[in-house]
Amino acid sequence: MKYRSVFDIIGPVMIGPSSSHTAGAVRIGQLARTLFGRTPDSAVLRFYGSFAKTYRGHATDVAAVAGLLGLPTDDPRIPQSIELARQQGIALTFIAEEAIPAHPNTLTIELADGRGTFRATGVSLGGGLVQMTEVDGFSLKLSGDSPALLIFHRDAYGTIAAITQQLARAQVNINHMEVSRSERGKTALMVIETDEKVEPEVVGQMESQSNVFKIITLNP
Amino acid sequence: MFRNMKDLVHQAQEQGLSLAGMMMAQELETPGQDKDAIFARMAVQYQVMKQSARRGLEGLRSRSGMTGGDAKLLEEYIQHGPVLGDGLGLRATRYAISVNEVNAAMGVVCASPTAGSCGVLPGVLLAAQEHLDKTDEEMTWALFTAGAVGYVIANNAFVSGAQGGCQAEIGSAAAMAAAALVELAGGSPEQAAHAAAMALKNLLGLVCDPLAGLVEVPCVKRNAGGAAIAVTAAHMALAGIKSHVPPDEVIEAMYQIGLSLSPTLRETAQGGLAATETGNAWKQQLWNPVPGQEDA
Repeated sequence: MKYRSVFDIIGPVMIGPSSSHTAGAVRIGQLARTLFGRTPDSAVLRFYGSFAKTYRGHATDVAAVAGLLGLPTDDPRIPQSIELARQQGIALTFIAEEAIPAHPNTLTIELADGRGTFRATGVSLGGGLVQMTEVDGFSLKLSGDSPALLIFHRDAYGTIAAITQQLARAQVNINHMEVSRSERGKTALMVIETDEKVEPEVVGQMESQSNVFKIITLNP
Repeated sequence: MFRNMKDLVHQAQEQGLSLAGMMMAQELETPGQDKDAIFARMAVQYQVMKQSARRGLEGLRSRSGMTGGDAKLLEEYIQHGPVLGDGLGLRATRYAISVNEVNAAMGVVCASPTAGSCGVLPGVLLAAQEHLDKTDEEMTWALFTAGAVGYVIANNAFVSGAQGGCQAEIGSAAAMAAAALVELAGGSPEQAAHAAAMALKNLLGLVCDPLAGLVEVPCVKRNAGGAAIAVTAAHMALAGIKSHVPPDEVIEAMYQIGLSLSPTLRETAQGGLAATETGNAWKQQLWNPVPGQEDA
């Protein structure tokens, strides 16, 4: 079931005009920022499909930038987001792509600062619901509605078992999990969505494992 | 747990619940949920709907200048005694237009199920609240009824115009509003489900063809039409009329029609009204990049 809650249907409370093109874009921007972990110095936003054709009219650009700034979907400052980003010194580039995407409302966001670069792709499913479909080249399906861990790890046996055992000891229930890898034996990405929030100490213990490179924590 | 309308109605009958009660029960299946907190959150959604419905009557305009002011015209028309009568449908239509004009003007709305269709449900419910003299608590339960229907449609078809055309947006909203209206008026779960089916049937095939891709024309006026159809479908269901094609099959038909719609008729502003002379003129005006905006 794609939609799990009545509030996916009656909601979100949002700034108009489009739940898929405005509220959804805010959500994708928020998730990209959260996954990046900080305010970027620059952002390149690539619009595909219906987003590419209509992003100006729906204020999809304005909405995605509002999300990058961390504004919620019903924040009255959303219409001024580009101006706010400029005041914070964030360089913005908007590109309407010609390529036809798998989903009609697709947005790729590339973020950068002195510490590194990051790339994420999200699709807007309608009604303000989104799914992140790619992070730094790894494919995934992340709604961002549940607490989640994105664990970049060595593609080696035992890693997944070790992580899930730690969650079991912390009494955290997994509601969705998937693994994707770039190449056998190299880096893999484990995405674990949980019912409960995972405490920072538990995340710290996971990060101390030799096969774990990096963990991104998502707490909606 | 219900996956389709048949399950929903059957389980409601077995457990002696309304569709609204079923939706609440489903929501409580998620671990860590609290009934009072869920209800309180829904009560907030209803207040947002009310505020947006009133705001649009003042006559605001969108940033493009394409829409606005029509809710005010209808309000004045009602105040001065409309020559064609003054029923629930007209009052629902006025509020539906009002909410969607607020949406077009980048105001605060509650998507239900989407922002493009955010006028239908509040339009119908606010008019019904005044007509039936219901409390906000009763109206909040009506949002759970609407949510149950929307939940089934969204999980078995789609609710966005980009995926399924306007039938997926206004069609779903009208189905949700019709069911909510039936339960509000004391109808049975089965009647509510048939009201939803009859509302959706009347909007099957409707394409998403907004001028310049904006959620304005014809969206605002289709919210009016969706509200009117919801009221009509609720009347029929309460009279005992059933949808000849069962609700789940109507939803499946909507899904199949959506899949077969050309991409030009799914929110891309390349077909239908968007491709008319007027539509093309708006596109020309609004899609030409403003110098400096491309690299802000």
